[in-house]
Amino acid sequence: MSGTHEHSVAFVRTTEIPQQPAPSNAAGPIKWMRDNLFATWPNALLTVASIYVIFLVLSSTMPWILGGIWDAPSLTACREILQGESAACFAVLSDRWHQLLFGFKYPSEYYWRPTLALFLMFFALAPVLFFDLPRKLLIFTALFPFIAYWLIWGGTIWIPIFAMVGFIAGYFVYARFVAQNFALGFFGGVAGAAIVWYISSFVVAAIAPETPLLGAVPSRDLGGFMLNLMLGLTCVSLSIPLGIALALGRQSSMPLIKWICVIFIEFIRGVPLITLLFVASVMLAYFFPPDATVDLFLRVVIMITIFSAAYIAEVIRGGLAALPKGQYEAANSLGLDYAQAMRLIILPQALKISIPGIVNIAVGLFKDTTLVSVISMFDMVGMIRGPILASTDWNGVYWELFGFAALLFFVVCYGISQYSQWLERRLATDHR
Amino acid sequence: MKKSIILGALTIAGLSAVAASAGTLDDVKARGKLNCGVTTGLVGFAAPNASGEWEGFDVAVCRAVAAAVLGDATAVEFVPTTGKTRFTALSSGEIDMLARNTTWTMSRDTDLKFDFVGVNYYDGQGFMVPKALGVTSVKDLDGATVCIQTGTTTELNLADYFRKNNISYEPVPIETNAEGTQQYLAGACDTYTTDASGLASTRATFEAPNDHMLLPEIISKEPLGPLVRHGDNEWGDIVMWTLNALIAAEELGVTSANVNEMAAATDKPEVARLLGTEGDLGAMMGLDAEWAKRAIETQGNYGEIFAKNLGEETPIGLARGLNAQWTDGGLLYTPPFR
Repeated sequence: MSGTHEHSVAFVRTTEIPQQPAPSNAAGPIKWMRDNLFATWPNALLTVASIYVIFLVLSSTMPWILGGIWDAPSLTACREILQGESAACFAVLSDRWHQLLFGFKYPSEYYWRPTLALFLMFFALAPVLFFDLPRKLLIFTALFPFIAYWLIWGGTIWIPIFAMVGFIAGYFVYARFVAQNFALGFFGGVAGAAIVWYISSFVVAAIAPETPLLGAVPSRDLGGFMLNLMLGLTCVSLSIPLGIALALGRQSSMPLIKWICVIFIEFIRGVPLITLLFVASVMLAYFFPPDATVDLFLRVVIMITIFSAAYIAEVIRGGLAALPKGQYEAANSLGLDYAQAMRLIILPQALKISIPGIVNIAVGLFKDTTLVSVISMFDMVGMIRGPILASTDWNGVYWELFGFAALLFFVVCYGISQYSQWLERRLATDHR
Repeated sequence: MKKSIILGALTIAGLSAVAASAGTLDDVKARGKLNCGVTTGLVGFAAPNASGEWEGFDVAVCRAVAAAVLGDATAVEFVPTTGKTRFTALSSGEIDMLARNTTWTMSRDTDLKFDFVGVNYYDGQGFMVPKALGVTSVKDLDGATVCIQTGTTTELNLADYFRKNNISYEPVPIETNAEGTQQYLAGACDTYTTDASGLASTRATFEAPNDHMLLPEIISKEPLGPLVRHGDNEWGDIVMWTLNALIAAEELGVTSANVNEMAAATDKPEVARLLGTEGDLGAMMGLDAEWAKRAIETQGNYGEIFAKNLGEETPIGLARGLNAQWTDGGLLYTPPFR
């Protein structure tokens, strides 16, 4: 065969031709634009029209933003500097910066405490969010709620310590009885923790020092974006376990537990959050004597938590229902008891399916925390609508303030949604 | 029979609840702090400043009461309330008094079981329109869209007035003054109606205040004043006479600057009685002799408070009008201190 070629082909190249760059219209930005922006005439027209609209929006907003005034004592002063030109008056943000973040009553010498708690929050969340990190870091996560409570509210350190002791006692009771019966272990654990807390309330009153290391700050003084973050984080992290418990309870074979869960979920889902908040702030005040009211922050946390727990329960129930029946049967055939089957086989799969739904509710819940401004709590929106816009200096600044609030909320919510997308890719929920 | 037992139990529970909260004065003294309900923010009347301290016309009343009762004008816990939560906060005992530009009406006084102790600002409901609308009277507003705060007397006054004059309107419900301003400026409504004082202060913050005008009609009486729970007359008396002391101080020429001087040597018997150098007016209410002196010393007299928070020197720029002393043609008229 080789012989025939020698005669029929005049020249055979033995080396490779060096690679040529692609023609300029088949690669690089020009190709990308031709493929994506100007592929057809209608596409080209739409592209031009869109660019024009973007230009219109930016050309009207950018001078307003870039020409903004950052240093002025009041809106009137701002307008004097601007001399009738249209530009933003961001001076309100620099003037009331701390009030927007911490509320107007949080003592300014304590601002480092919530800031430190925020930084610690990232460390505490890291092992939960990214499970490649060493598992030992979870110890810090478990400690974080108590540290954060102590940092933000201050007061005697014995309160968070005894709160923690209560949880530990509850866990030991649970671990002791769960082998016999899951429900016995669960409720026994709750009862054990409650007893410890009840006793410790007397002990704390006895041993609390006169002047604690960190000055106490009452809940009423919390405010600003800090309050939104605190409500969002506390309620999401409390409502996920509660939601799981409700979802499992709804599937329970014990009719009493099942019906309690069904009625609870359906009732809460049938009531608007704002109604629950009004109940928390207004109605509950009638039921307690004036001096023995439950802390307003706690009341709101409870209401938001049970609200979102009902929704999360339904999402998780969807995840449980999506699992093939064989999974339950496989768990039974392995001889696992209820708690083991749930923990090792059912819940890991069901929760994986439920992630998008849970994140959806978490994002919605975080934004719903601004509703507390209607019950006269000064969260970010409450600060803007109340004290800042009602001051003689800044009455009449709307775009700058609400734009800033929107920006902060966007950053947080976009972060949450990016994380959940990463998590979904990581867990590959579509082919389990 | 069973029902009556239950009702009886409820009544006893209700009575004991009232009995427990009967001694507001003792509660306040024991607590060392006055819980005073204010608005979440209204220019000139109550708002926290940049350093977080409450300031304003209503705030001064709270501070004056704290100064009279506790001897410390800063011993006040300000409880911000909205138009919807203010009355429950007071009746549930969360606050001791409410100074939140609240209109004194009969049903609030009787049906809601409160006691208004006086009037610290005589207001009336007005209308603001853009001059470009070309309207000179409320009667021209037929078919107009009206921005109105829900849950307030202004809403009811508006309905009454327009029905009486047979004009139609379309309400645009809003929640706060800030929202109303924004809606009005954005053109969502032709006119914005609320108390005239509020309109004046809102207009003062506009970029072009001269493009807007207040219509001449004032369609309602809005006597704004502090209130307390019904049934604790001793406490009500203290709030009432603290307010009266501020008003009387202006009439008698006592100011925060000269109050010490006046207390030391005055030839006017009523001033001496007011400031506690003569008689025992304070003891009649369970306070010490210098209660009014402290209130005036820390907050100034009514005229000073007005000038500092609402007067013509401030951006709000309100004239005294009806809120002048009766000797100057206004409505402020306090019973004698005797």
